[in-house]
Amino acid sequence: MHLAYPAVLAALLFCTGLYGVLARRNAILVLMSVELMLNAVNLNLVAFDVWLRDTLHAGQALTLFTIAIAAAEIGIGLAIVLMVYRNRGTSDIDRLRDTAEGHEPPPAAPDSSTAANQQSEVTA
Amino acid sequence: MSPAVLTLAATTGPGFLSPTGVEIAFALVGLATLGAAAITVTTKQLVHAALWLVVALGGIAVEYLLLTAEFIAWVQVLIYLGSVVVLLLFGLMLTKAPIGPSPDADSGNRPIALGVAVVAAAALVWVVVDAFRTTWIDLDGPVQGSTKVSGEILFRHWVLPFEALSVLLLAALIGAIVLSHRTDPADPDPAAPGATGLNARATAARPTAPRPTDKGPR
Amino acid sequence: MSTTTLAVLVPLLPFLSAVAGLLLGRRAPGFVRPLAVLPTLGAAVLAVLVAVRHGGGKAIDTATELTPTGSVPIELSLHLDGFAVLVAVLVGVVATCVQIYSTAYLRDDPRYPSYAALVSLFTSAMLLVVYSGDLMVLLVGWEVMGICSYFLVGHYWETEAARSASLKAFLVTKLGDVPFLIGLFALAADAGSFRITKVLGAVASGGLSHPTLIALLLLAGVAGKSAQFPLHTWLPDAMAGPTPVSALIHAATMVAAGVYFIARLLPVFAASRAALVVMAVMAAVTMVGSALAALAQDDIKRVLAYSTVGQLGYMTGALAVGDRGAAVFHLLSHGVFKALLFLGAGVIIHAAGTNSLAAMSRMDGLAKRIPDAFWPMTIALLALAAIPPFAGFFSKEAVLVAAEHTAGGHSDFAPSAAGWVVLVSGVLTALLTAAYATRLWLMAFRGRGAAAPDHGREPVAMTGVLWLLAIPSIGFGLAAGPIADWFDGRPLTPTVTTSLLGTGAALIGALLTYGLWQRATARAAAGVPSAASAVPAAATAAESAAETPEVAEVTHDHPAVPAGPAPDPGKALLGPLHRHAADGFHLDAVYDRLFVRPVRGAASLVRFLDREVVDTYVTGAGTGPRLLGLLVRRAQTGNVQSYLSALLAGAVVLAIATAVIANVNAGS
Repeated sequence: MHLAYPAVLAALLFCTGLYGVLARRNAILVLMSVELMLNAVNLNLVAFDVWLRDTLHAGQALTLFTIAIAAAEIGIGLAIVLMVYRNRGTSDIDRLRDTAEGHEPPPAAPDSSTAANQQSEVTA
Repeated sequence: MSPAVLTLAATTGPGFLSPTGVEIAFALVGLATLGAAAITVTTKQLVHAALWLVVALGGIAVEYLLLTAEFIAWVQVLIYLGSVVVLLLFGLMLTKAPIGPSPDADSGNRPIALGVAVVAAAALVWVVVDAFRTTWIDLDGPVQGSTKVSGEILFRHWVLPFEALSVLLLAALIGAIVLSHRTDPADPDPAAPGATGLNARATAARPTAPRPTDKGPR
Repeated sequence: MSTTTLAVLVPLLPFLSAVAGLLLGRRAPGFVRPLAVLPTLGAAVLAVLVAVRHGGGKAIDTATELTPTGSVPIELSLHLDGFAVLVAVLVGVVATCVQIYSTAYLRDDPRYPSYAALVSLFTSAMLLVVYSGDLMVLLVGWEVMGICSYFLVGHYWETEAARSASLKAFLVTKLGDVPFLIGLFALAADAGSFRITKVLGAVASGGLSHPTLIALLLLAGVAGKSAQFPLHTWLPDAMAGPTPVSALIHAATMVAAGVYFIARLLPVFAASRAALVVMAVMAAVTMVGSALAALAQDDIKRVLAYSTVGQLGYMTGALAVGDRGAAVFHLLSHGVFKALLFLGAGVIIHAAGTNSLAAMSRMDGLAKRIPDAFWPMTIALLALAAIPPFAGFFSKEAVLVAAEHTAGGHSDFAPSAAGWVVLVSGVLTALLTAAYATRLWLMAFRGRGAAAPDHGREPVAMTGVLWLLAIPSIGFGLAAGPIADWFDGRPLTPTVTTSLLGTGAALIGALLTYGLWQRATARAAAGVPSAASAVPAAATAAESAAETPEVAEVTHDHPAVPAGPAPDPGKALLGPLHRHAADGFHLDAVYDRLFVRPVRGAASLVRFLDREVVDTYVTGAGTGPRLLGLLVRRAQTGNVQSYLSALLAGAVVLAIATAVIANVNAGS
């Protein structure tokens, strides 16, 4: 099989994921797009592993690890999004702008705002 | 592409113009995967996005199979389709995502995102095609990604990273529990197990209802 | 002890007293008074002793070189001749009187210790100038006097007038001192030495290459120090200082230094006829102008200040006609009676509670209240008006004789034009001097109105000094015969022509003033119900005097001066000139136009350049980055997606660039 097929597919998938990360508003949709990007990379890894006929199969091993790490990542990411949603009442990324220039934390609830600051930084 | 290269390609291996069956299958599945991924990142309905993601990930699993990496294909099906998508759906439900179409699913950053993505795609495709124009994968011979082969290399050569990964997974597990742990507001003991300082503070200041006016759009 | 040792001790004693006073003044207040008076008294006694030992004989010269100072050596040297020893006696006596007077006058002043120390330093510096045989050492004393006058005039620095007056005194004298310094260097460079004797030797042998330039440069310094015409404006303002300081500055020290300096170096000036003519014109303008101004002043101390300027004009005039004997003779007698006048004026101000003559003229019986001031003041005013046989008559006659002598063409070096100028202006000034002396006397002691306030008897330390000074004011003129031998040997006795001229002018002035005063008084009594206005006026005067007898003499605005006409003969005498004369002929305004405003204009120009031009660069260096920062700040929206977009776009651009470059390199 021509190597260009999986390589081009991986590249296009990656860019689709990229578009999703940059264009989506909901944090969970952003996470989905991240998954797409990870999968594109995985596809590349497998394709090149098969092409090189590596005796150690480093590509496939790394793909497995990536899948495991992606699973962990999605768990942690969802937990964070949930917490942000609980504190802010929203999971829209473009509303979490506490790091903006000239942003003043609301004086009424300094505790929650500092916590929210930390949350948004974590998300960022 | 110059004729010299064409003749060189013709002499060294099969060309683009004579695809094999595997290649045709790969391309068709790839197109389906790409279409599903495109719908995932553009649809207005959030739950549909998750479901189209299933299609895309499944397509990738098929591609793994076509590349003779069967073990990874099953792992992909198990983990991605079985758990990750389910997790994402749970997340959508917990954040009270609307079931119907939501017109504001895309942020204002969309044109820029489109530009960046298209340019990146063009650049990547150009580079990849340019680099692997004359490269073929030899899919004949012994299966390279069978369960047996994968188990051997994984537990012979990659056992140490594998174990380290298990520790990482454990840490992620605990972290996810701690982060999403919901302390009861009526709990008299704020230092309850699992309630870290950060979490305790965050939950103590949690509003009783979502505050849509908290941070207005800018 | 040798005469030289005694002479060294004379300036040294007040200097040590000043050092001790400055060091111990605060810690041992009990020692301050003896520490101030006794060394000065000792210096006076020693000066007399030196004078007696010298006895008008040959000049004594000693010199010691402390350290080599290059091509023109500077030596610590003494030069004792008749001029030096007699002027030193005058300085010592007047300084002693001032110190004794100050113990009473500034009894309650918290800054008395520093004041006394500065007066001692002032005295010491003047004695140094007098005795020094070296121009550099003389310059040291000269400058120390300048700084001391600055501090003493500004003694009441709480008041604006004193502050500005001290500053003015310092600046104006410095203005003269700069050319003076240059002149000294030029002189020393020409003569090859700073020693006065060697300089004079060089002059005698015709060794000076630029006599006119040097003489004019030195003259500028002398004009500043001795308050001659263009640079005299500091002296009337210096009245803001305490009265004893005025007495010291005016009578014996600062202003005398300039005249004494020319007397010392007269051959240098005589080498240039132009310098002598300039000096004569300067003296004439100073004399007449200051006498007119004195006639229009209301402040008793300012009257005396302008009178000092005028009398210094006489001395300069005498020097211009080449007779330094007459100049120093007038310096001595003037020193005595002017010190008496100022100290007496202090007593009068103390008793009347005001320095305004107009206010005094509405007080009855001021003369009876302070007889101890009245009689010495009368004597001193007679001396000032040059009425025979008082001291002023003889000394002024000596000047007029010298002028007449030169005008007749009998002088070896002074041009006869200078003689004529000095003679005519001298006679005219004699008339005016008598007029303002009479006016002062009439207005101060012959006032009519409410009774003068009673402060009891004035302290003996103040009145006793007045009587002490009154003796030489009467009798010093008799020394004209023997004293001539101490100087150049030229006779100082009056001749018939000049005495008739001078005394006649003085009598005319006095009588004219008296007549005008009579008329003014009669008109004031007949015209306005003056009693009604005068009574509250006197009451206010008495009140203010009772409250702050010391401060009243400090301030120059007179709250006690009542509205309404006062019988002032000066107004009638001067007519339309009165307004200008009262303002010192607007010289201050002219200086303001000529110097102050251009300097201020230049300063504001510089300020404008600094603020608007230079600062533009500075603020621009700040504004540019700030604007840039504003621009960059707008990119910080807080939207994570836009950050990420920028990051990835950059990465893509870099990747494409890398690919393109790699391709180009591979292709080439």
